[in-house]
Amino acid sequence: MINFDDVSKIFGEGDHRTAAVEDLTIEIPTGKITVFVGPSGCGKTTSLRMINRMIEPTSGTVLIDGVDTRSIDAPKLRRGIGYVIQNAGLFPHRTVLDNIATVPVLDGQSRKAARAVAAELLERVGLPESMGSRYPAQLSGGQQQRVGVARALAADPPVMLMDEPFSAVDPVVRAQLQDEFTRLQAELGKTIVFVTHDIDEAVKIGDRIAVFAVGGRLAQYATPAEVLSHPADDFVADFVGHDRGYRALSFTVAGNLPVRDEPTLLLGSTADPSLVPPDAQPSDPYWVLVVDDARQPRGWVDARRITAGRPLGLGDLVLGGSLVGPQSSLRTALDAALSSPSGRGVAIDADGRVIGTVEARDVLDAIETARVAQGLLDAADQRPVSGAPAGDAEQAAAAVPS
Amino acid sequence: MNWNWLNRNTDQILSWLLAHLWLAALPTLLGLLLALPLGALAFRYRWSYATLITLAGLLYTIPSLALFVVLPGILGTRILNPINVVVALTLYTVALLVRVVADALDSVPPLVRQSATAMGYRPIRSLITVQLPLAIPVIGAGLRVAAVSNVSLVSVAALLGVPQLGQLFLVGFQLNFYTPIVAGIVLCLLVAAIFDTIILVAVRIATPWTRAVSHR
Repeated sequence: MINFDDVSKIFGEGDHRTAAVEDLTIEIPTGKITVFVGPSGCGKTTSLRMINRMIEPTSGTVLIDGVDTRSIDAPKLRRGIGYVIQNAGLFPHRTVLDNIATVPVLDGQSRKAARAVAAELLERVGLPESMGSRYPAQLSGGQQQRVGVARALAADPPVMLMDEPFSAVDPVVRAQLQDEFTRLQAELGKTIVFVTHDIDEAVKIGDRIAVFAVGGRLAQYATPAEVLSHPADDFVADFVGHDRGYRALSFTVAGNLPVRDEPTLLLGSTADPSLVPPDAQPSDPYWVLVVDDARQPRGWVDARRITAGRPLGLGDLVLGGSLVGPQSSLRTALDAALSSPSGRGVAIDADGRVIGTVEARDVLDAIETARVAQGLLDAADQRPVSGAPAGDAEQAAAAVPS
Repeated sequence: MNWNWLNRNTDQILSWLLAHLWLAALPTLLGLLLALPLGALAFRYRWSYATLITLAGLLYTIPSLALFVVLPGILGTRILNPINVVVALTLYTVALLVRVVADALDSVPPLVRQSATAMGYRPIRSLITVQLPLAIPVIGAGLRVAAVSNVSLVSVAALLGVPQLGQLFLVGFQLNFYTPIVAGIVLCLLVAAIFDTIILVAVRIATPWTRAVSHR
């Protein structure tokens, strides 16, 4: 656990005094990812760097597991805290292996032993062992970032600080790195403080989010779902963006959506336009779902355009969007329906086989049900603290279906 | 060119060449060793940068001949003692290299420096094992200039009678005879080329990462 106790950082003097961080008190839980998010100049990186004393607070105390960080020799403290810096910050003159081995070697381990550990870590972050002898300049941005994570993990520190670690790579690689990082954290269970200016990244990887406002004020500290559904003030609401309502759907599992039967065609089979029912609207395409031998969805075909007698090929298909699986969120379910040419989102089972389709209106009904239930729960929750008229809250609570 | 004269004086010329080599090489090395900590100081502390760079500039404007004449008085050495030459040229080398070292350290990306701090390096170790190695290409370029300039400055000491290739110019001047002058110029160029090559090769060996080709 990391505690900021009334921590401030003031830069400059006299008239030029600016508070980078003001009276920050926050408790960062052990084994979770806590994200510091906010616009530039909000003090999130300054706060991060006060944890390993790269920046010393002007006032207040930072405690790690109850120990005042000022009581520990700064270089020693830093060796016990993994740090992933922007753009990886690798040492250009050292090979990948030696970069990863940095902290163990500083701690007095033999170079040979440290390199052996480094080689294992290389694999752990998804890089081939052959890459160990290369120099950072020979790696892509994404690969450098992975090496940066491996280097931070080398001494197996309980705490990791990550300063915009994925901001310098393209969106596709970033999404990949985020996914791998989340998976890695599930195995490792480190106490991680992660700085980003990207609210989507914060929502995606954070267990808890601390939203910082300009001037180093902590505007909100809550779970991602809470920040999206109940922004603490106008600043947070504005910062999380206008489509926060849609994004908040990511946190509700779709659950019992009505799945409708969907007739399918087998990829490679022959069909002809006569399968279009005579009562179908002649001007509209008539979409039929195409599956492969394993009943996995491959795309949609307009039955009116099928050439009779010719086997269906991948070239005939219009690709669909997201798929609705057993654990999918309402957001994915809605997106599946909206991104499918037929307007019907493809539902699959745990093995990826088609079980039918869901329609946007059913997802909307589910959203509405979830919203009402959540609103009522909140009303019941907030009754003691918010001072809302007791009568209203009681009525609302009574209406919650049990 | 009078090849007979050259043949007759080969032994003398070779001994001057050897003297010239070490009189130019030693101050270059000593100057580098002194400039490294001074340059690091100038880089580390902003206030010392301006002071050190100004001092170095002033030092460099003192004519070498004047320094060769004054130093024996300060050091208590005899005027013919080669130590005077070594000390004078070391001073010039330091003057040239302090700025080079400070700027070379400044050329190391701040992110790399911060990253060393974040990993738990202490300042001195970070300087020696992270920042200095990365500054080698820039320091090497400055060192080449200093080495070559030392080769030419050494010959000035011939006026005081310190034996080295500069004697060839004196002899040629006194006898109004061009052969020793041409030989002196050619040999000075040769010495300079040798130094330049040695430094180039040393920098190349010390910086394998700069030649790492992208595999992307």
